[in-house]
Amino acid sequence: MADLLSSLHWALALLQTVLFAAGAPLLTAWVRRVKARLQNRRGPSLLQPYQDLRKLFAKQVMVADSASRVFRAAPYIVFGSTLLAAAVVPLVAVHLPAAAIADVIVMAGFLALGRFFLALAGMDVGTAFGGMGSSREMMVSGLAEPAMLMSVFTVAMSAHSTNLSSVVDHLLSGGLVLRPSLMFALMALLLVAVAETGRIPVDNPATHLELTMIHEAMLLEYSGRHLALMEWAAQLKLMLYGVLIANVFLPWGIARTLAPLPLLAGFVSVAAKLVLLGVALALAETVLAKMRLFRVPQFLNLAFLLALLGMLSHVILELGP
Amino acid sequence: MTLAYGAVLLSLASVLAALFADRYPTAARVAFTLLGLGGLAAVAAGGAALLGHEVERATLPLGLPWQPWQLRLDPLTGLFLAIIGAVVAAVAVYGPAYAREFRHGRSSFAVLGGFTGLFVAGMQLVVLADEAFTFMVAWELMSLSSYFLVAYQHEQAANRRAAFLYLLMAHIGGLSILLAFAVLAAHGGSFSFEAMRQVALTPNWATVAFALAFLGFGMKAGLVPLHAWLPEAHPAAPSHISALMSGVMLKVAVYGFVRFSFDLLGEPQWGWGVAVLAVGGASAMLGVLLALMQSDLKRLLAYSSVENVGIIFVALGLALLFLGSGATRLGALGLMAALYHAVNHALFKSLLFLGAGAVLHTSHERNLENLGGLLRRMPWTGLFFLLGCVSISSLPPFNGFVSEWLTFQTALQAWTLQSGVLRIMVPVGAATLALTGALGAACFVRAYGVGFLGQARSRQARHAREVSLGMRLAQGALAVACLVLGVLPTGMVELLNGIPQGLLGQGLTEATVHGWLWLTPIEARTASYSGPLVLVGLSAAWLLGAWVLRRGGVRRVQPCEPWDCGYARPDPRMQYTGAAFSQPLRRVFGMALSVAQVVDRRDGLRYRLQVGDRVWGLLYEPVGRMVKGAARRVARLQSGNIRIYLGWSLGTLLVLLWLIS
Repeated sequence: MADLLSSLHWALALLQTVLFAAGAPLLTAWVRRVKARLQNRRGPSLLQPYQDLRKLFAKQVMVADSASRVFRAAPYIVFGSTLLAAAVVPLVAVHLPAAAIADVIVMAGFLALGRFFLALAGMDVGTAFGGMGSSREMMVSGLAEPAMLMSVFTVAMSAHSTNLSSVVDHLLSGGLVLRPSLMFALMALLLVAVAETGRIPVDNPATHLELTMIHEAMLLEYSGRHLALMEWAAQLKLMLYGVLIANVFLPWGIARTLAPLPLLAGFVSVAAKLVLLGVALALAETVLAKMRLFRVPQFLNLAFLLALLGMLSHVILELGP
Repeated sequence: MTLAYGAVLLSLASVLAALFADRYPTAARVAFTLLGLGGLAAVAAGGAALLGHEVERATLPLGLPWQPWQLRLDPLTGLFLAIIGAVVAAVAVYGPAYAREFRHGRSSFAVLGGFTGLFVAGMQLVVLADEAFTFMVAWELMSLSSYFLVAYQHEQAANRRAAFLYLLMAHIGGLSILLAFAVLAAHGGSFSFEAMRQVALTPNWATVAFALAFLGFGMKAGLVPLHAWLPEAHPAAPSHISALMSGVMLKVAVYGFVRFSFDLLGEPQWGWGVAVLAVGGASAMLGVLLALMQSDLKRLLAYSSVENVGIIFVALGLALLFLGSGATRLGALGLMAALYHAVNHALFKSLLFLGAGAVLHTSHERNLENLGGLLRRMPWTGLFFLLGCVSISSLPPFNGFVSEWLTFQTALQAWTLQSGVLRIMVPVGAATLALTGALGAACFVRAYGVGFLGQARSRQARHAREVSLGMRLAQGALAVACLVLGVLPTGMVELLNGIPQGLLGQGLTEATVHGWLWLTPIEARTASYSGPLVLVGLSAAWLLGAWVLRRGGVRRVQPCEPWDCGYARPDPRMQYTGAAFSQPLRRVFGMALSVAQVVDRRDGLRYRLQVGDRVWGLLYEPVGRMVKGAARRVARLQSGNIRIYLGWSLGTLLVLLWLIS
């Protein structure tokens, strides 16, 4: 543990977190742009989310008079906990101390903390939309969380560790082996990521049609810097799932030593992976239609089943007697 | 040991003081003070036993001539004594203001305070007992005095019914425990636990004893499918007693189970672990689902106790499973996770019950659908209740998360097991745990969002006021304890380490080997958690955000009307209700519940929803009918004709003569 505490490691961990926060709007912009192109539109510039955030931060905040302190504290808690969750995920390099402070279960816990306060904030103003959003969000997450943990557990069991750095390290040193368990876990995690980040076909981030909103319904009363933080947190969450999928299931390229060259390679490789994942997401969002709310449980059951299959195939095929 | 005596004697002294409370109002205050001092003495005694790692024994000149009462204070007893003491102390601070309500009216404080003291003394004696006779006497003292507390507000028929059901179940459970001890006593030849430890049972007899103990203690702990009495009985008592029953008495049942199956019974078998794991998982699932559907705040909390006891038994099941497979260290880890969760649940469930009591005290309303907006009227209670909700939803950096994390870590070591079936079962158990965790969060978002946020839904909620200082202090202390146990898990794990050391001969020294910052239950590479650094990270992220925004952005916040879709200002009736909140989950998990919806069109439209426990229809009512039918058949003997009675007597006499001849 002591070797983790050198200042270089901490500085890198901090830098990685800053990179996460700074890159998140870009990923969202990229997905939007590819989606626009696929729909024969030109789409906004890649810097548009940054400009939106700047604009929102400069604006005055309107708070409904029926809101309590929870409503005003929630954006900070949501953003802070999402940022910490992101800090745990290895972005460019492994063996950084953040992963030792909190493993993947704690990461899920941070996300749950953010979601808890987001849902409370939705109910705080006392309008019908907020409650509707919170109720739906808790249902979706309630079904998504076990699928996510199950798929993560499959990976963690094969790496004998829940520390994300160790997991990535283990998978890299194992060489290129096609494991059925990891394939199933990957598929499950992809479905969960779509549900948790509120993308089509579970939720539509671009909609304000009242009857179908989930995430947006909870944010309806927010404005100014509060809204900016909430939006930023949502973008961070998208990037977090992207990096989690990219670096755990396709770990190649990530830096295992802290020399400049591997770090650069790690940066380039994760950027390339995210670009590809962004294209895949945009493609999926273009060809799929949003499903009815009560089809979502089936979607998530599929994710859970896939994760369970991953676990079974790990235990039966890979562990041996 | 002196302190432990002091704790029991102070509780008994509070009974004496309470007897005079109806005549002299100060006596009530004295009774609560004595109770609180007893609680503190219990914490001190328990803490000393946990720190000292030594075992103290004592024999009291009480009981049967050939069987004097024997007491014993070891780390396991110490932990549960400290749990009892801590919650009792909080309740004693909370109680005087809360119980004032009962002084007016017909109910007598002497009854309430007297039985509270007996109840607490009974629980303390249960954990101190070192032989089955004392254990059973103390157990019955605890059960019977809590019966009177459940029946305290007996004017309402529902409470009388709940109390009777409670008494019935407590006795079936007590009988089962007695039989379990009987198996050991018959083989060991003595009631003392020391003799029982030496007994080497055949596997079959061991399983019989285990099954009886699991039934008896599980019934008291409220495991599915025998839990149905719990959500009836716990909410029926006054709120500070509900806190004691849910927070502490369930832990005493856990204590009994741990003492019996980890200490007295010798080598566990892995099959027991599977049974405990399955029952615990089912309890956790069903408990949280039913908690999600309740509109009565106290019933919701009671069902959530079923869930949490389920989680404790999942961890205990894992421990038994690993121990039965020969992995002592992992067994110790599972036991540690279970004990940690027992402490946590005692703290946050008492906190939540005290919060619900505060709401009830000021608004006389337990129905969530009539509450709302309480945070603005009761800022302190609202804050503490929120902290309790965060803790019970097992979110970092609070205590509920640490025990859940430890349970997950235990489950993830399933790959070390030899049997393939177990390797699959254990992660599936972990997935159940994940599902209950997420649903638990939904449940408490609902409870807090509907009860404390939004706008007031009734006149009572609109006129709610903050409760008195004592009631707030008790909640505040419990909330702080929840945070401390979440942030400094290493200290707690070190403190608990003596228990697996004593019971299994294997501690968890490597869990804290990297200093107080790092909790590493297995080894550093496998998993580590740093509560203090998580807290630092969270506060740093929030403070940084707040600071940047204060400097850069526009500071003023302007109040405005909530979005009204361009029609009318949203009124409280337009808010999402608790029933509406849980509707999606009711739809998804409908088959596990019995849901009845009625739309009544007679005078205007009225929607009525009843979500019941399927266990009633599947188990309780058929058994009840069977018992009733059998009783009716036996009752045919009673014809009321004296000649027939004489005939029966003659027949009995003849049969007896034939038997002894």
